[in-house]
Amino acid sequence: MRIIDEQAIENIALGAAVLGTGGGGDPYIGMLMARKAIRDHGPIELYTLDELNDDDLIVPAAMMGAPTVMVEKMPNGDDIVNAFQVIGKYLNKPIRAVMSIEAGGLNSVVPIYVAARLRLPMVDCDGMGRAFPEIQMVTHTIYGISSTPFSMADERGNIVIMETINNRWTETFARSIAVNMGAMAMIACYPATVEQLKEASVQGTLSFAERIGQTIRRARVQEDDPVKTVREAVGGFEVFKGKIGDVARRTEAGFAKGEATLQGIDEYAGQTLTLNFQNEHLAVRIDGEYRVTVPDLIALLDIDTGEPITTEAMRYGYRVTVIAIPCADKWRTPKGLELAGPRYFGYDVEYVPVEQRYGR
Amino acid sequence: MRIGIDVGGTNTDAVLMDGQQIIASTKTPTTPNVSDGIIAALKNLVADSGVDVATLDGVMIGTTHFTNAVVERRRLQTTACIRLGLPATVCLPPMVDWPDDLREVVGGHYYMAHGGHEFDGREISAFEPAEIRQFAEDIGRRGINAIAISSVFSPVNVSFEERAAAIVREVLPDAHITLSSTIGRIGLLERENAAIMNACLRELAIKTVGGFKAALAELKITAPFYISQNDGTLMNADFATDHPVLTFASGPTNSMRGAAFLSGLKDAIVIDVGGTTTDVGVLQHGFPRVAALAVSIGGVRTNFRMPDTLSIGLGGGSLVVLDPLKVGPQSVGYEITSKALVFGGDVLTTTDIAVAGGKADVGDAAKVAHIDKALISAVEDRIEEMVNIAVDRMKTSAALVPVVVVGGGSILIQRQVSGASEIIKPGHFAVANAIGAAIAQIGGETDRIFSLAEMTREKALELAKQEASDRAVAAGADARSIEIVEVEEVPLAYLPGNATRIMVKAVGDLAAGR
Amino acid sequence: MTLKTVTLDDIEAISLGAGILGTGGGGNPYLGSLHLREIIRRHGPARVIDPFDLPDDAVVVMAGFIGAPTASIEKIEQGEELLTALRAFEAHLGRRATAVGIAEIGGANCFNPIVLAIQAGLPVVDCDAMGRAFPELPMSVFFFEAELPVTPLALVDAAGNRVVIPTTAGAQWAERLARTLATRMGGTAGLIASQVPGKDIKTYGIHYTLSLARDLGGRVLRSGEDDIPGVIADTLQGRVIMRGKIADLERRTTRGFARGALTIEGFGSRDRLFIEFQNEFLIARLNGEVVITVPDLISIVTEDTGEPISTEVLRYGMRVAVLGIPAAQGLKTPKALAVVGPRAFGYEVDFHPLPGGIIGQRPAI
Repeated sequence: MRIIDEQAIENIALGAAVLGTGGGGDPYIGMLMARKAIRDHGPIELYTLDELNDDDLIVPAAMMGAPTVMVEKMPNGDDIVNAFQVIGKYLNKPIRAVMSIEAGGLNSVVPIYVAARLRLPMVDCDGMGRAFPEIQMVTHTIYGISSTPFSMADERGNIVIMETINNRWTETFARSIAVNMGAMAMIACYPATVEQLKEASVQGTLSFAERIGQTIRRARVQEDDPVKTVREAVGGFEVFKGKIGDVARRTEAGFAKGEATLQGIDEYAGQTLTLNFQNEHLAVRIDGEYRVTVPDLIALLDIDTGEPITTEAMRYGYRVTVIAIPCADKWRTPKGLELAGPRYFGYDVEYVPVEQRYGR
Repeated sequence: MRIGIDVGGTNTDAVLMDGQQIIASTKTPTTPNVSDGIIAALKNLVADSGVDVATLDGVMIGTTHFTNAVVERRRLQTTACIRLGLPATVCLPPMVDWPDDLREVVGGHYYMAHGGHEFDGREISAFEPAEIRQFAEDIGRRGINAIAISSVFSPVNVSFEERAAAIVREVLPDAHITLSSTIGRIGLLERENAAIMNACLRELAIKTVGGFKAALAELKITAPFYISQNDGTLMNADFATDHPVLTFASGPTNSMRGAAFLSGLKDAIVIDVGGTTTDVGVLQHGFPRVAALAVSIGGVRTNFRMPDTLSIGLGGGSLVVLDPLKVGPQSVGYEITSKALVFGGDVLTTTDIAVAGGKADVGDAAKVAHIDKALISAVEDRIEEMVNIAVDRMKTSAALVPVVVVGGGSILIQRQVSGASEIIKPGHFAVANAIGAAIAQIGGETDRIFSLAEMTREKALELAKQEASDRAVAAGADARSIEIVEVEEVPLAYLPGNATRIMVKAVGDLAAGR
Repeated sequence: MTLKTVTLDDIEAISLGAGILGTGGGGNPYLGSLHLREIIRRHGPARVIDPFDLPDDAVVVMAGFIGAPTASIEKIEQGEELLTALRAFEAHLGRRATAVGIAEIGGANCFNPIVLAIQAGLPVVDCDAMGRAFPELPMSVFFFEAELPVTPLALVDAAGNRVVIPTTAGAQWAERLARTLATRMGGTAGLIASQVPGKDIKTYGIHYTLSLARDLGGRVLRSGEDDIPGVIADTLQGRVIMRGKIADLERRTTRGFARGALTIEGFGSRDRLFIEFQNEFLIARLNGEVVITVPDLISIVTEDTGEPISTEVLRYGMRVAVLGIPAAQGLKTPKALAVVGPRAFGYEVDFHPLPGGIIGQRPAI
């Protein structure tokens, strides 16, 4: 067990931006929420799964919807607490701890707000080890854990609880309810026991995000090669160095999809990288050949500062290092790939783990 | 004829322009009360040119006065913020992300009221007049006179902010009220931050703008005067008194606009080389490209339309360190005239290298005659590389672009810049800021979320353009000269229904007779 | 005579009566009647309980389907949606239901609660919440008269997905969220909406409407060569406003509602009746003058056989009779009219009640 304080939250948020692989929403508002809750209610405890009892109930809390709306209509705070507590009531069981459903983007820090308000600990694990755009895309799904009971709440006091036949249905219903609630809703989902999570979650991800954040912060002040420092901290591989050229964006079925072209520089001069994204970065081709795809993580780091660049902020002229980070092993199982592999996102290519291409 | 004035931290510059012609220019030290410096500059200008002040059409002033007040936490008023959005937004109250010292200086007073809108224009909760009245009465009891009002998604629907202001005005007729929708775009915290900063600057604005007026009156200048804002457009004196926060970062904007004017280019890269840093910016359609990310001023996050400049540690005073060779970011700054080798000091600077290489003629060239040719060439290589990378990063297309170099340190830029079609070093570069102020236009902007399920994209764009144009005209632009200079569409992620955020900026020439 | 049971022999009559009370909306009861027939064959008749025989603390759950009737005629229900919804509802409440209530007697929703009652082994109450058909959840006497919340709600779809809405910020949000979910559930979902205590059923319910539907349908079926529209009017204390031919029909779909208007030309007269509809027929103007408004019922039946015509089957040239039927008293109070009066539907006219009316009253015999 260790204590999560203000500094830890800021680091987690910064690291979560890298694990967001270009999406997941800007952690800033989530960071402010978590920081304020800790200022008001005191720091919280972070446990590993091993430190808890096997039958303890763990529930993730999160924000669902458009991050762009969240920067304008911030949550009430009671809404997310309501969503969380209603699950315990529905299951008629006490909840032992809160967890992040995704370690990438703003949902890494949002649950810390709930933990601080309810004086509950956080658990050092998540359901992705990165960010993904849809509800069913969590490691829980691979291990047959239901997303439901799944609760949604808004600031007006509306509450919805659903129990669905599979996690894709949850996504369908929840997305339309979120739009009704103002393009944003607070949710609690995937209740599971510690025993289940030992198998089904990606462990250590909150501390991992924190370490990445610390590294970026340090790299900013020291003047050595920040990209290298960050890449080493995340255990990633350098895939490319280049300058962003054309960025083509389109909206399809509610997702911001697009393609960016990068011209190589330095040792990559003469090569062209094509990056596909759908909220998150999904696939990288170099000179037409697939090099990295989901579920491995693709991050674009500013070549000078090592700071991650989101899909929304990508613009002509940015000089970036493209790095690939091996995803959690769970995503590499047949079920994991079926759920979030390249083919699910429409890329007709076999998934090859990034280490196989770039060697250890 | 127009006069452009730039009130900087160190110098107050002024230029007199007749149409496209620069008649005279002057540089005087900035004075603590601002107006004395302006008076001195204006007197110089009138004396040099012999202009009849009665023939002036306008005076345009750019100032960093208000930015400095926030950065220094001085001369700020106690302010109250009313936010409409209950029951949403409670978990992050106004000023939550401010530095403690600044929050204390402005008092940290806030009130949360019902109201606000959803992204699609639905009400979050109904407007409650009695609640606002009660808050206004409480603000009155505390003796607070500056009030900022923000409402969730007010860029989509301003009505709640306006209704709240009307009630506050009934209760407190003399209060200075700032509406967030008049100064910012989507992003509640950032917009609200700007509104609160604006409110706390109102008294200073009245005094400062009053000082400008008095200075002009003393010189019998009756022409209307304008203040330049961060996006390179103008606001009239009354509007500026109400919106001082909009002057933030107008300095770099004016310098880039001045560079555009001096070079005659509308699309170019501008390199402004100072003593410590070099700022590289992009001119698009004659305006600086705007930064996409949040900008922090005095520790407060805002979403101002700031010019997107890249600052690198290279200037006339940058240190040159050997083994391994390093240029900047350390600099002797304003002490260059005593510390650089050419001025008898003992520090090797970029200026010394330029003099040694025969590229510049300042100080005593004999003092740098010993510098090795190989070192000169190595430093020049390094500078070239730094500039090339910065320019490349800021470019908006792969095509060759003209590069305009301004600023006192421009002697450092001697070589070709890669990706540049030509390099232009215009005359009058030292007063580019004042020129930028003199030539500014009037702008209008809109930033809203449209649901493309309800209308076509074309219709949405047309609506947005019309709104931006209307706002420009309302701000004093000549309707016939309105031009749309910026359109940006951002599809909203994770959301069906094709909601798209559209930002449009329109500008026009100052309407005659205003 | 009020019903004690619902047997196979009652089904056709109830179907016809409920169609007439559907006032053009509420969906076609045909599929529901087939389903009920199946269930009765398998499990025997449904028990019907007189509302006044309920204990005050009885838990009556209001049942029905929500969604677009056009979706349900294609995507036929799975059959146990309401039973699953009832179980989810009871689990949330922590109490078992005593009886099943009919949310809406008009149209297709008359049969679903009876099916549920048999499946759950509960009686169905001879009573409903509207005495006709209405398009939205809050248009229920238990909401606007008894002031009971519309929540909790339980929705279940044919795939077995269950959603519980424990509480909302008012009835309109319940309607909005339930409607959204129903759309996502494929257009239609089984719905248990609110629990009504026996006491409130007795005080506020629209009583004996199941028996009324049966009696009404039965009379029509028995009338043979008689003037059937006249028989319907007579049974419900209404009147035949017009007999004629549909001369003009205009439809449009806005915000998920089938809206439109039709004009009927009188046989051998120059009278023109103009009727506007939004799922149900809402307002009728005879030669420009308002003659019937919601909540009074406007029913259109075939001129010869008295078969009810719903808004979706209206066709140019149909020969029809238009009936005006006084609504149940519970729909005519100021509180009720704020929710189901003409202004609530966007018509700037006052409610001009038709005189009399028997919907909701104990049958004479």
